[in-house]
Amino acid sequence: MTGVCAAFVVALVLSLIVLVASHGLATFTVDGVSFASFVTGTVWNPHASDASGAPYMGALPMICGSFVVTVLSCAMVLPIAIGCAIFVVEIAPRFGERVFRPITEMLAGIPSVVFGLIGLTVLVPVVRGFAGGTGFGILSGSLVLACMVFPTVVALINDAIAAVPRSYREGSYGLGCTRWQTVLHVVLPSAMPGIMTAIVLGMARAFGEALAVQMVIGNAAQMPTSLFTPAATLTSVLTTSMGNEAMGTVYNDALWSLALILLVMSLVFILIVRLIGRAGKVRGNA
Amino acid sequence: MPNQDAMTREDEGLRLRGARRADRAATIVLGALVAIVCALVAALVFYVLSRGGAKLFDLSFLTGRPQQFKAGGGIGPELFNSFYLLFLTLLISLPLSMGAAIFLTQYAPAGPVTTAVKTAIETLSSLPSIVVGLFGMLVFVLFFGWGFSIISGALALTIFNVPILVRVMQQALEAVPQGRRDSSLALGLTRWETTIHVLIPSAIPAIVTGVVLSAGRVFGEAATLIYTAGQSAPALDFTNVDLTSPTCPWNVFRPAETLAVHIWKINSEGVVPDLAVVSAGSAAVLVACVLVFNILARVLGRALERKVTAA
Repeated sequence: MTGVCAAFVVALVLSLIVLVASHGLATFTVDGVSFASFVTGTVWNPHASDASGAPYMGALPMICGSFVVTVLSCAMVLPIAIGCAIFVVEIAPRFGERVFRPITEMLAGIPSVVFGLIGLTVLVPVVRGFAGGTGFGILSGSLVLACMVFPTVVALINDAIAAVPRSYREGSYGLGCTRWQTVLHVVLPSAMPGIMTAIVLGMARAFGEALAVQMVIGNAAQMPTSLFTPAATLTSVLTTSMGNEAMGTVYNDALWSLALILLVMSLVFILIVRLIGRAGKVRGNA
Repeated sequence: MPNQDAMTREDEGLRLRGARRADRAATIVLGALVAIVCALVAALVFYVLSRGGAKLFDLSFLTGRPQQFKAGGGIGPELFNSFYLLFLTLLISLPLSMGAAIFLTQYAPAGPVTTAVKTAIETLSSLPSIVVGLFGMLVFVLFFGWGFSIISGALALTIFNVPILVRVMQQALEAVPQGRRDSSLALGLTRWETTIHVLIPSAIPAIVTGVVLSAGRVFGEAATLIYTAGQSAPALDFTNVDLTSPTCPWNVFRPAETLAVHIWKINSEGVVPDLAVVSAGSAAVLVACVLVFNILARVLGRALERKVTAA
């Protein structure tokens, strides 16, 4: 009985991967677009064709957009999250349990459209104010994403730091180290695999987030040249275009290829997490 | 070491003082950082609630029909759709996740089967929600021909929700002390009886907390729904009980825009004249509901915990 439920989940995942892959690969197998030109082309306009009759299907602007907002948002979050986690685990654990954790859980509960709306009404005008332009763009997208991945990342780093055995800290204090020296030279290095896992999972979340980013990034499928000009991500193009293109058209196939890239990237993130876990285990045994 | 011997007492004192000063500075800096983060989050929630707060108690807004080109639209159908979708999603995903979680904790033999199930759940939990939505569109909307409908949306949300629920339930079941399992098995109960009469009752507080928290996430989810439950909310007639009629609220084959999708849609189209008012109000309602879910999860969990441990 319960095995059926478990088997059902496995079948679901397999069919999902197979279906998205079969649609995503149609661009290359049926429509004859070369994979290399798809991932390196910089012009995205599948409705128009170039001189040789091939549609402009360069996904590089969106791929770049997705990676840039992901890396930027996680780079903003990482130092803040590590700092907060150190404070609530090492310095004020009771405050962490009673105040900080409920607050980050509240942040985690806020729906992504609400983040998008806040970005639209608060962040975009602010960015417009100091950088000019429209205010829509990579910076606004990254800031919104940073708020969204913060609770995930900080909770995981928290766990990683809390999991460092007490005896490590006691050994360090016994040698006369201060708390900060202990944190810097003992706790953080021991928690490093956990911190890396946290950041990769945060990146996975940022990479796949759709609506909040779409609302503030400006939705222009062009190569990102500045933090303040409108751009697009894989998710934002999927969100805006999928409803407008009929199934089976070349444009639609190309959109499924973007979905396939998203899917593959999320599998890659899982793989990285696994590798980090394995490396951590090997080091622990040695 | 000779270096150490050469070090005068004064040098050592300076170094110690430096280390202590760095320690104090780090404590202050980190404390300030945490204070800023907490203040920012509080400000964010306060901003959302205060901007749309008036609408929280405005009955004509909460029950009124949305307007496309006129000001003064409400969110009545959207609010109902959100709750109805949440209810259906839980109805489908609860037994499914329960079964999978029980399998993983009680029955799963160590080996490739368990690894496959665990990998599948991990994969599912890290999938971007828009990809889940697109898969839902492919299978439920197009292949099964259900169109943009509540049932398509509920099934897509189930895919989104199952990995979260399985993880929560698995943790809750694994946290039951081994002694309780052993004594139940020693009394001659089968594995299934042990699960039903011993494990689940002891794990129920943690399960309920987890389920209600996940309900909050499902309630606010939009990316999964825009291409499954659709982006239109037909007017609902609550006196209509004809399950095939598009105005019947309970008809699972009608399109159903939820509150979260509504916020996204009116902002990306931008034709509603009082856009700012409607989206601020909708966002406040959405966040208020999620906060209620969070508080409910804690209160319920604690109450059940007391009941279970007292019994």
